[in-house]
Amino acid sequence: MNARSHYDAAVIGAGPAGLTAGIYLSRAKLKTLIVDEGIAGGQMVLTHEIANYPGIESISGYQLSNTMKKQAAKFGCEIRTNISIRRLELSGHVKRLILSDGTEYTSDAVILASGGRPRTLGVKGETEFKGMGISYCATCDGDFFSDKEIIVIGGGNSALEEAVSLTKYARKVTIVHQFDHFQAFENAVEEARNNNKIDFIMESEIASFNGDMKLESVDIKNLRTGEIKNFRTDGAFIFIGYSPNTEFLKGIVDLNQRGEIIVDTNMQTSLQGVYAAGDSIVKKFRQVTTAVGDGTIAALAASAYINELKVESKKLVNV
Amino acid sequence: MLYTNLKHLESAADLKKAISENENVMVICGRMGPMCIPVYGIAEELEKEYPHVKFYDMEFDNPESHIIRSLPEVRGFMGIPFTIYYKNGKVVKATSSIQTMVQVRSILDKEFAAKVNA
Repeated sequence: MNARSHYDAAVIGAGPAGLTAGIYLSRAKLKTLIVDEGIAGGQMVLTHEIANYPGIESISGYQLSNTMKKQAAKFGCEIRTNISIRRLELSGHVKRLILSDGTEYTSDAVILASGGRPRTLGVKGETEFKGMGISYCATCDGDFFSDKEIIVIGGGNSALEEAVSLTKYARKVTIVHQFDHFQAFENAVEEARNNNKIDFIMESEIASFNGDMKLESVDIKNLRTGEIKNFRTDGAFIFIGYSPNTEFLKGIVDLNQRGEIIVDTNMQTSLQGVYAAGDSIVKKFRQVTTAVGDGTIAALAASAYINELKVESKKLVNV
Repeated sequence: MLYTNLKHLESAADLKKAISENENVMVICGRMGPMCIPVYGIAEELEKEYPHVKFYDMEFDNPESHIIRSLPEVRGFMGIPFTIYYKNGKVVKATSSIQTMVQVRSILDKEFAAKVNA
């Protein structure tokens, strides 16, 4: 084993859960590595304003992410971002991590804090027309659709709130939703229903996005009748929730049906020495504060586990 | 204001100067939003790896960014950031909306291939 590439703990994910774990582990003098396939901060970095983080009246997600990253680095935590994991071996006593650039690391403990990401529809034309009519952010791109006719896909709080917000720009907004009812809170549904610029197409889903260089229409499938109709539109905003980033963990640790990592109260997964924290675990509330709490628990549990290993190893040496 | 760690272009004159003085330039024109921040982060990450490329950002809502928003290459773009790649002062590539590290790296490698020192 290459000593330089062995860590006490490896943390997968540099969102608030992973960075918090990194801060606690490094401060406990444990050699710690954080790896993330995106930039540090996870979903938090994308939040315009965080006004409910105790002790800080208001801060941008970008600033809070940078502060957490600096804090972890200050304690000696190594952070590698924008690099993906090629292979992961977690079942043995020594955990093994191989990155896309071929670098290999081993560790005694691993904390999985891979977070979540906005879901995509995965239908024809979605990738092709991203930025050319398809958007996932009303605040970012709403003004490109001034006086245009657009659709919003989804039925949760984000979809309905963003649909209302998009009526500031668009001439008409049509919400397309797969069920006959919305999952959003009643007040969000009421606000959308009372807005005369908003129409609804229920029990339907997008079959394809169509156009030439830019989005011009969508094919909408009625899920009750199976009928597919072409619907002209200038733009489409997709708000269909979040998925946990756990595809790479299938068959490695226990996941529930939604792909979320199953943990106990110490954030331990189904494998010894492997913990999980943040938006990728089974839980009801996903907030920066809950991720930070999860990361703390996972780091403390992992520290205790690593220290036990060290004690055991010393005993063996002394025998 | 864009509070990234990239160098900021505040005016059209700044941009003209940057592309006239540097062979390879990448400019990310956006806001501090969820589609833009990841692209700034990628550029920050790649700055050291691509010393022959100059990386800048420019605020989309700054009227001076008209110099980017009026480019023929961004006609039809409906998602920020607008990311523009200039070689010898000319636009060689432009992308709309969020991009991944792999996508950005692929453009940098294709358009700004590093010189091989003899």
